Amino acid sequence: MSTRDLFALLPLLLIAASAVVVMLAIALKRDPGLAAGLTLTGLTAAFLSIWAAAGVVPRQVTSLLLVDQYALFYMGLIIASAATAVALAWRYFEKHHEQREELYLLLLLATLGCAVLVASSHFVSFLLGLEVLSVSLYGMVAYLTDRRPALEAGIKYLILASASSAFLLFGMALIYAATGTMEFSKLREVSLSGSPFILLSGIALTLTGIGFKLGVVPFHLWAPDVYQGASPPVAAFVATTSKSAMVALLLRYFYLSGALRNHAVFLVVATIAVLSMCAGNFLALRQTNVKRILAYSSIAHFGYILVAFLAGSTMAAGAVAFYLVAYTVTILASFGVVTVLSNPGQDAEDLEDYRGLFWRRPAIAGVFTVALLSLAGIPATIGFLGKFYILAAGANAAAWPLILILVVTSVAGLFYYLRIVVALFSDPPEHAAPLEVLSRSGVVVLAVLAVLMIWLGVYPSPLLDLIRTSLAGLN
Amino acid sequence: MILIWLLVILFAAGILAGIADRWNSRLPRWIALVAISADLALTAGLWIGRSSSPTGPWIEEVDWNWIPGFGIHFHLAVDGLSLLMLMLTFFLGIVSVLTSWTEIRERVGFFHFNLLWVLTGIAGVFLAVDLFLFYFAWELMLIPMYFLIVIWGHERRVYAAVKFFLFTQCSGLLMLIAILALYFVHHQATGIYTFEYSELLGTHLSPGVELLVMLGFFVAFAVKLPAVPLHTWLPDAHTQAPTAGSVILAGLLLKTGAYGLIRFVVPLFPHAAHQFTPVALILGVTGIVYGAVMAYSQTDFKRLVAYTSVSHLGFVLLGIFSWNQLALQGAVITMICHGLSTGGMFVLVGGLQERLHTRDLERMGGLWTAVPRLSGAVLFFSMASLGLPGIGDFVGEFLVLLGSYRISVPITVVASIGVLTSTFYALRIAQRAFQGPNPHPWRLSDLTPREGVMVAAMIAGLLWLGLYPQPVLNTFQPALQNLQHEASTTTAAVRR
Repeated sequence: MSTRDLFALLPLLLIAASAVVVMLAIALKRDPGLAAGLTLTGLTAAFLSIWAAAGVVPRQVTSLLLVDQYALFYMGLIIASAATAVALAWRYFEKHHEQREELYLLLLLATLGCAVLVASSHFVSFLLGLEVLSVSLYGMVAYLTDRRPALEAGIKYLILASASSAFLLFGMALIYAATGTMEFSKLREVSLSGSPFILLSGIALTLTGIGFKLGVVPFHLWAPDVYQGASPPVAAFVATTSKSAMVALLLRYFYLSGALRNHAVFLVVATIAVLSMCAGNFLALRQTNVKRILAYSSIAHFGYILVAFLAGSTMAAGAVAFYLVAYTVTILASFGVVTVLSNPGQDAEDLEDYRGLFWRRPAIAGVFTVALLSLAGIPATIGFLGKFYILAAGANAAAWPLILILVVTSVAGLFYYLRIVVALFSDPPEHAAPLEVLSRSGVVVLAVLAVLMIWLGVYPSPLLDLIRTSLAGLN
Repeated sequence: MILIWLLVILFAAGILAGIADRWNSRLPRWIALVAISADLALTAGLWIGRSSSPTGPWIEEVDWNWIPGFGIHFHLAVDGLSLLMLMLTFFLGIVSVLTSWTEIRERVGFFHFNLLWVLTGIAGVFLAVDLFLFYFAWELMLIPMYFLIVIWGHERRVYAAVKFFLFTQCSGLLMLIAILALYFVHHQATGIYTFEYSELLGTHLSPGVELLVMLGFFVAFAVKLPAVPLHTWLPDAHTQAPTAGSVILAGLLLKTGAYGLIRFVVPLFPHAAHQFTPVALILGVTGIVYGAVMAYSQTDFKRLVAYTSVSHLGFVLLGIFSWNQLALQGAVITMICHGLSTGGMFVLVGGLQERLHTRDLERMGGLWTAVPRLSGAVLFFSMASLGLPGIGDFVGEFLVLLGSYRISVPITVVASIGVLTSTFYALRIAQRAFQGPNPHPWRLSDLTPREGVMVAAMIAGLLWLGLYPQPVLNTFQPALQNLQHEASTTTAAVRR
């Protein structure tokens, strides 16, 4: 391994190193502030090291990891969203729990798993990254052990995730049996046109594993319970960081292997996309728990992302990347609002908790409104441009049925976003609890996210250019 | 640059008004009034200062690169048609601020923030000549309107606001798909990615595709207009909105639909639009009759006025799809006059509701003795609505009927019957509310000077348009000729 290889892996190495440092620091002195500070420092260093790595890419480091512009772009997104989750978690857990330092350790490891996933070009690194991510997430989801819903969510996630990992592993074995290779790019050389049954089953089973992590229908059953049971910062992490990594991997896996050219695979993914859009939007209609609404909404959003993914061009890959950025920023803002409004005893998750919020806390409710409008895809927010990009990619590929379904279901989606907005702007309840002082770090994070949502929604050119360069090496 | 200022002034004043509420609750009203007046003055300056023989199609334009990756420009331009629409926008904007002066007492800052931003969106719609920017403004005006209804509206405001939002959003997304289809077809033909209006004109589409894409646009505009099967959001939204909201909805938002038909549907897809003529004519005439009949059977005063809008906008649809200059002129005049007369009507109904705390016609009666000046004004606007010669509405509807007579006699006959029906509802308003015995001994204050000035200005405008419409006709005539020229050259090219 040469120095250049090490440079290319610098972001991964720095995240791993900060996990060790945080572990040692906890052993020496228990101090949540210190642990969070070290975690943030480590993540910042890893984020900055992306520029150092950018000088030596694209670079295949062993046959396992391919570090290119694409991987670095997604690493940036992952690290930024993980850092945001840390900033949100800091004050939230300070108010809450006895032993709150280990959360950061788990979070760093999960981030490491994600970073491995986005750079992987081989089934071994795929599985390694996925397992590091999953095992850390079990701990994070069930972290508040004094809460029954958290434990329930943790167990549910543990069982379903292990089952899906088993499917994934079996699928990899089948693909290996059929082709004799574990590298994504070598799969392309094996002809898919004859559609050998074993290979197709293998692809279907790996799709199960990926679909589970993305929470798309029919692998979505864990999502509402985990979003509701986990603490809001952890839910934000599950919703954004882990899913972005999985999408990045899915895209690379399918583009390198050329699996989408197979008609059966295309049809299966299209069905998943349609079911996710419908189920996500329609199941959310009758929910009154904000966290569950966000869970169903994110099921629908990954349906939209799959629509762009199916379009299968460079434009489509750009649409996926842009939408992921939009989704990440917006979901982080939404969970950020839930986090800062939560009390030690009770998370602010019921729709009633948000009634009249605008008249009591205009700034926070304003951020939440912008986030909801962005999720609904209303202009002047980043969510609109994301949806526009997906529709453009779909129209470019002439996938008219898919984009019509997208439009119809997203109108249904408007309905439940508007329900929250109506609650925010209705008259506050008579006997409202007195306002507490909000955590300053949380408010700063929210302000930054709000600016991003609007700024990128009005002036997306820099981000578009960045995405375009990152995709240059994908094909 | 002046066009940018039009938007920036409203936008910035909106934010300022939202903040100023903290210091003084009267301040937002004055900020809104000053900002909109400034815009009105700027637009009037453009109108008066325009050259009589313009070099290009636009009187004034601004063109900036916005998102080069997609070929999206921030391109604003005005011709005579959009100029008049802007005048109407800012005039009714001032009216809505004045009419809310005493009606809105709570959350004044946020109210004016929304009011100014909805006007920004509407002005953006009338100014945009980049299709992406147009869609952007089109959707952007919905959000503040939604808030105006949902926060300051009447009893069933949440229902009305959500219905309004869903209807417009769904049809808007169909239009977005149509815009994208046009964008990619244009790219396939020329290799250029652009949303630019002037470049997309004359894009060659196969007949089937052209019809589908045209329908995407048509549905969005028909919902706003509203054309009859798609109108059901309108009576609810107009009735439940606060007075200023009703004025803006009826006076301006409906006009964006008509404007879209004239500006985009006809020139971009002349062939498909020609094919679609019979359907559009039937939709128009159904709207005229249905709106008038429904208006007659209402007991809620605001709902009645809302249904008259359906009827009047039917004339606009008829005029646009009659394919001659006369009818199109009539359609534009009807748009402007309907803005003034219905706006005035909503102001007066709002004033009545503020005084009586009811909109129920059954509970009114004999108001003439209690509020003579207000009653006289209502009578004037009712007469405008039934098409009394000498008032602007008559000119518009007469021209539309003259024009539509040339292409279809039966349609014109039915539309004329619609005019007759409007007499019934207009007279019913006068009889129910103002004449007859006074069952309640109402003691009410008559029009205040603030209300009087507003109403007088609108009456003066309607009389001007009714008696001497030539300056207005001259203003939009070149624009209409340009649009028709585009449409006919494209059709000719297709036929060849």
